[in-house]
Amino acid sequence: MLSLVIFLPLAAALVLLAVRRIGDRAAVPVWIAVAAVDLALVLVLWARYDGAGLAHETRLRWIPSVGAGYHVGVDGLSLPLLAMSAVLFLCCAVYSLRSTPRPRACAALFLALQTVCLGLFAALDLLLFFVFFDLSIVGMYFVIAGWGHGERARSALQFFLYTFFGSLVLLLGFLGLYLGSAPRTFDIVDLTHDPPLTGSPGVAALVLLAVGVGLAVKTPIVPFHTWLPPAHTDAPAAGSAILAGVLLKMGTYGFARIAMPLLPDAWRRYAWVIIVLGVVSVLYGALVALAQRNLKRLVAYTSVSHMGYIVLALGVAGLAGDAAAHRLAVTGAVTQMVSHGLVTGALFLLCGVLYDRAGSYDLDRFGGLARAAPAFAVLTALAAFASLGLPGLSGFIAEFQIFAGTLGGGAPVPGALALLGVLITAALFLHVLQRTVLGAPGPLTARVTDLTRSERTAVTPLLALSVLIGLAPRWLLDTIEPASTALINALAP
Amino acid sequence: MGMSENPVDLLPELCVLGGVVVALLTGLFVPRGRQWLAVALGAAGAGAGLIAALVAAGRGDGMTFEAFLLDPVTHVTRVTVLGAALVVLALAAGPLRGHRRETEFTVLVLLAALGTILLGASADLLVLVAAYLLASIPAYVLAGFAKDARGTEAALKYYLMGALLGVLMLAGVTVLFGLGRGTSYATLSQNLAHAPPGAVTAGLVALLAGLLFKAGAVPAHHWVPDVTEGAPPVVAAFVTTVPKIGAFAALFRVATDVVPSSAPGPELFAVLAAATMTLGNLAAFAQTNVRRLLAYSTISQAGYLLVPVAVATRTDLAEPALLYYLAAYVVTNLGAFAVVLTTNTDTLTDYRALATRSPALAVSLAVLLLGLIGTPPTAVFVGKLLMFTAAIDAGYTWLAAVALANTVASVFYYLRWLTPVFTRPEDPPPPPRLHRPTILLTYTLATATLALGLLSGLTLLP
Repeated sequence: MLSLVIFLPLAAALVLLAVRRIGDRAAVPVWIAVAAVDLALVLVLWARYDGAGLAHETRLRWIPSVGAGYHVGVDGLSLPLLAMSAVLFLCCAVYSLRSTPRPRACAALFLALQTVCLGLFAALDLLLFFVFFDLSIVGMYFVIAGWGHGERARSALQFFLYTFFGSLVLLLGFLGLYLGSAPRTFDIVDLTHDPPLTGSPGVAALVLLAVGVGLAVKTPIVPFHTWLPPAHTDAPAAGSAILAGVLLKMGTYGFARIAMPLLPDAWRRYAWVIIVLGVVSVLYGALVALAQRNLKRLVAYTSVSHMGYIVLALGVAGLAGDAAAHRLAVTGAVTQMVSHGLVTGALFLLCGVLYDRAGSYDLDRFGGLARAAPAFAVLTALAAFASLGLPGLSGFIAEFQIFAGTLGGGAPVPGALALLGVLITAALFLHVLQRTVLGAPGPLTARVTDLTRSERTAVTPLLALSVLIGLAPRWLLDTIEPASTALINALAP
Repeated sequence: MGMSENPVDLLPELCVLGGVVVALLTGLFVPRGRQWLAVALGAAGAGAGLIAALVAAGRGDGMTFEAFLLDPVTHVTRVTVLGAALVVLALAAGPLRGHRRETEFTVLVLLAALGTILLGASADLLVLVAAYLLASIPAYVLAGFAKDARGTEAALKYYLMGALLGVLMLAGVTVLFGLGRGTSYATLSQNLAHAPPGAVTAGLVALLAGLLFKAGAVPAHHWVPDVTEGAPPVVAAFVTTVPKIGAFAALFRVATDVVPSSAPGPELFAVLAAATMTLGNLAAFAQTNVRRLLAYSTISQAGYLLVPVAVATRTDLAEPALLYYLAAYVVTNLGAFAVVLTTNTDTLTDYRALATRSPALAVSLAVLLLGLIGTPPTAVFVGKLLMFTAAIDAGYTWLAAVALANTVASVFYYLRWLTPVFTRPEDPPPPPRLHRPTILLTYTLATATLALGLLSGLTLLP
């Protein structure tokens, strides 16, 4: 069943490529239908999940001579991310209904990318995880190079080189874990039960460094974030939404799924390093975003900042201190992954609307959009408030738990500093709203017509889910909390 | 290890030899328009040899005629060499159909393949030298097959370098014979341990000259770009792929069976590996001719293949790593050359907007080039994974790091080829002359790299 969820989009992509009779007109509707079916299947998986441990597991031999297998399964950590990814891919499909060049190839590529993303969040084998991790780079490369704008070839190449480097360093780290385990295996579940390298802290530190750098490039954590702004600027709107919404989560998910439970001693020893990197990302991302005039770069830098909260929370979980507070921080981190995926996905799709109408992301050349495009203005305002963490929206639920966990979990100073990041983010989003939505019309305002039906249908569910999580988060937290408890237990000395 | 002198043990080689003789005789007597008959008979010999090799792979290890090893290394060498030779013959079917010397081409390819198998299976230095000559001389002729100026120059360069390094290799064999009082690997491994390490190292270095030449590795790599660009494309596909198989098998045997622990074997191989992958990559950056680009890419791949040779004595993973990487590389590299043959152009800019002209060919090229990078789930990825694991397991983490940096760097030039393929057309070049069977072969090879990666469990079962 889980394998069906993972590989259904890929199968559909192959059919789209192979059957030429499905013309360009039918391609996007087929894409929407497949994404909708896949989302429904994910929800069925979630509904049948009993709330504890791993479920829906499949375990097959793949390369037995090195102990690698096809092992997939879901728990409270992966289910919310699977569902969020399926929602975001469906919304991107709907968004692409109007005016996508070469729709058949585009639909096939996004469907294949969906398989890669879902596969990664379900993978329970290091090698399988790496395969999906690497393929996500290939898929996104083709999205940027094929459907981007501006200097897309250059940005795509830079994206590929930078993140491919990260993924190979990650592979070295995985090989370190493999060679340090006895009996040798790549299986994440087996390695969690019996963490490798417990007897050799020096090697464990090096392996954590390799795994950490590999995941930090993907997340991205300052100072490994420089690939992100150009990739976002030149990517198409749907590509940006997937890149920020799903691909960045691969990094943070990797920390929670692999780095923490497999290297618990090293994680605890270097928790402060991780906390500092998280705080630096929060503040640096927010400050640089404040200085941007290009709306898309601005949203990209707020992503760096938001990923920083997650890293901070996961770092705090490695400190000595109150386990309940740590659990709160980890739950907040996972909630933040879901929330950021929904909200930033919506923000990038809205950026795409501006570029589609006016061919520019320049903040200074818009203004008074509330009058010209009221639906656009309302949704942008909602997304901005969700992103800055206003109560009643998902960002608040996530960040509140992170701060409560950080302050109570033994890191009051980093917690206070990160709170400063929320202030800056609030300021910058209010500034954005002032400059674009309110005020006097800018030179490009006249070109901006309001959202089309497909655009509205694509963005609204993302923000509706954010409101739902903000007002009634219990259903989500009930799924995540057992997984957080398990993670804290695995991390306990 | 069982000793025998049973000719049946050499059935694959005898099949190929039979194919060669029959093809040569048939070619003498049939008219030019029906030379395909001779080609088909030669290919049938190689096919029979391939089947015999697959059957033989199921049997136990042993040695036959006191010089020919029967073990996994030989089995994989046989299967990959014969498989690759058959692919090359199929690739040649388009460009060489009705050529005046169609039969000769087949005979030369099969003889070089036979020499390559002997190179990889030999357990005696004298047989190694004979195999070196059998593998090399037909290849020199093939390089000049087109009889044009560039081909002749390439053939001459290839020949001169091969002759020089072959003499050096013979000198090395003489030195080792003197020091080890024998030429069989078993005798050498016993006696060289007590010989002066300096002299042993000198003899080994001279011996390696010939093998590194066949492998296309630094410092004997200068012929690779010239032959790849100057010789006909199908010959380029052959000489950058097939001789490597036997050379690396031979290098692996030398590293495990001949080099005594007193000589700095692993260190030497490690330095050669690092130099080969780095130089190949650096030179590939600026190429605008896809065949030259592929030539330097094969040099850098030879560097990765030297890693398992360097760690051969230190980890059990070296052997599967080498053999798997070899097979994966052969399939992928032949596929890349098949694309060049299909499109019939060498210029990088001619690949602009290939995706709009032939989407399936563009996707195949993407799979093959990403395969050469080592992206999962292609075959070379599994090979690279085993290679990295073997290097770290043997304590050569620095070599793994160098290989990693080189892999990242290689992305740059492979993507330089791939990016224009998917650009939107403004003034697309005229549709290329596409040869139908060659296209199908390209698709097959691209699919094979994926299948070999996804189903690697089946081939790597211990």
